[in-house]
Amino acid sequence: MAKEALFGKTLEELQGICAELALPKFAAKQVADWLYKKHVSSIEEMTNLSKKAREVLDEKYTFGLIESTRVQESVDGTKKYLFPTSNGKFVETAMIPDKDRKTVCVSSQIGCKMGCLFCMTGKQGFQGQLTAGEIVNQIRNIPEWEEVTNIVYMGMGEPFDNLDEVLKSTQIMTSEWGFAMSPRRITVSSIGIVPGLVRFLNESECHLAISLHTPFHEERQKLMPVEIAYPLDEVLDEIRNWDFGRQRRVSFEYIVFHGLNDTPAHVREMAKLLDGIKCRINLIRFHPIPDTPLKATDEATLVEFKEGLEKKGITTTIRASRGQDIYAACGLLSTKALVKN
Amino acid sequence: MAKAEEYIKKDHKLYEDTVVGNVEISPGVFLLSVKRRKDFLPGQVVKLAVDRVQPPRIYSICSGNHEEELRVLFNIKEDGYLTPKLASLIPGDKVLLTEPYGSFIGSQKPAWWIATGTGIAPFYSMFQSGLSDNKMLIHGVSYLNQFYFEDELDWAMGKNYQRCCSREKSCDAFPGRVTDFLKGKSDLPTDVQYFLCGKAIMVVEVRDLLINKGVPYENIIAEIYF
Repeated sequence: MAKEALFGKTLEELQGICAELALPKFAAKQVADWLYKKHVSSIEEMTNLSKKAREVLDEKYTFGLIESTRVQESVDGTKKYLFPTSNGKFVETAMIPDKDRKTVCVSSQIGCKMGCLFCMTGKQGFQGQLTAGEIVNQIRNIPEWEEVTNIVYMGMGEPFDNLDEVLKSTQIMTSEWGFAMSPRRITVSSIGIVPGLVRFLNESECHLAISLHTPFHEERQKLMPVEIAYPLDEVLDEIRNWDFGRQRRVSFEYIVFHGLNDTPAHVREMAKLLDGIKCRINLIRFHPIPDTPLKATDEATLVEFKEGLEKKGITTTIRASRGQDIYAACGLLSTKALVKN
Repeated sequence: MAKAEEYIKKDHKLYEDTVVGNVEISPGVFLLSVKRRKDFLPGQVVKLAVDRVQPPRIYSICSGNHEEELRVLFNIKEDGYLTPKLASLIPGDKVLLTEPYGSFIGSQKPAWWIATGTGIAPFYSMFQSGLSDNKMLIHGVSYLNQFYFEDELDWAMGKNYQRCCSREKSCDAFPGRVTDFLKGKSDLPTDVQYFLCGKAIMVVEVRDLLINKGVPYENIIAEIYF
């Protein structure tokens, strides 16, 4: 039988393992230190555990780090890592350097079930869930690990469709025994699966980003099939229940498509729709994907759209396109070519 | 773990209803019935739960909007929480469900209905609601016993009911997937609506294929089971 990975276990789970193996209780904290704070990759290297304890652990468990098998680097410094998964598939991770920041964009699923019209990941369908360990591994196992300042769950997959593992991964990142990062450095982005949204808002302190893309129901359901199951109104009703005025932030992602969602009518409707929600909007340039009928809006319209939203009092930014030449930019991550039929 | 009530406090309200039937229509696939208490539009969904421990899941209504019963079609997911429990329900047991809602709605306009597996449910509801004129129904499955309601559909829709089976052969079914069948069609109308319902991979592949064949994406509406 294959050994189970320790990497990706919470402190509570490690305490359970230590109890089961009759190891001292404090060993769990020691193991967590080795897993999440130190530069080792094997149980043998956990040298403050007794030799006997290491042997007992090693009988049933592996350390559990997974090496990336490919890295590509963009002309703008963005890197894209390819990681194998436990079910024989692959996911991609982007590392985006920007002045004194290094942001890692992690994947939460292998492929995606959501089928958004503008997204490359959706075109490969769904090949499985990532474990918390496989999510955290995307940060811990890149050379820039200790320089990472921000984490965004905007890679492959829909985080709220794998919420147990996503919440476990954010727990590992934000706990004192884990990476000890501030939750304000972590943003989880979703298309708005309502039960997952409510649970995330209750159980996590990380920032929230919602993929909005158009304020009109009819338009949105043609871009994003999830609109039929969980309409935007329902998502926003839930968000209105939460106080985002202080440190926790909600933002809305808005890919701007030529002639589709870049009109003054969209600005007006957005202002109406987001009234009463303290938020910001990130405008994203569309990066065309194969077989898409959608086109990117031109720069002048993009700027005009931004100004229109700002005149309505909504803080709006235009996200820089990064890593486009290596298909690491927003909406381009895909391991479809590696999916075996 | 928090209770479902906390997660659905702003969600559609669940009300309790009594099961009036639960029939295994094919191995592992069930048609669950309750008395219809609310009006609905064919193609709409309900959220369904067996308790207040886990959040409800969304199911397309699989019955006509003039019938006395409201039915849903589901298959058992062995590692799932809800479907094994749903499968064990018998008449008289209680379930929790919401009022019908959703905008995947059929009409009298000409359209193609394209489904895989239990994705046939909203189209069967549209069919049972009298909306099958001017429609082409394509149903893709892996095995022949997954053509749910095929006798009725075949009798009523005739050549406008196309079966596609990828793993077994039959003289009544196209041998292959829905996408294989559509690839071979050179005369797809581009001015009708296309309704797609099923797993994500079918939806994205069929959507790409239709767009490549000249169907405007605005004419395509998809419901994905996730």
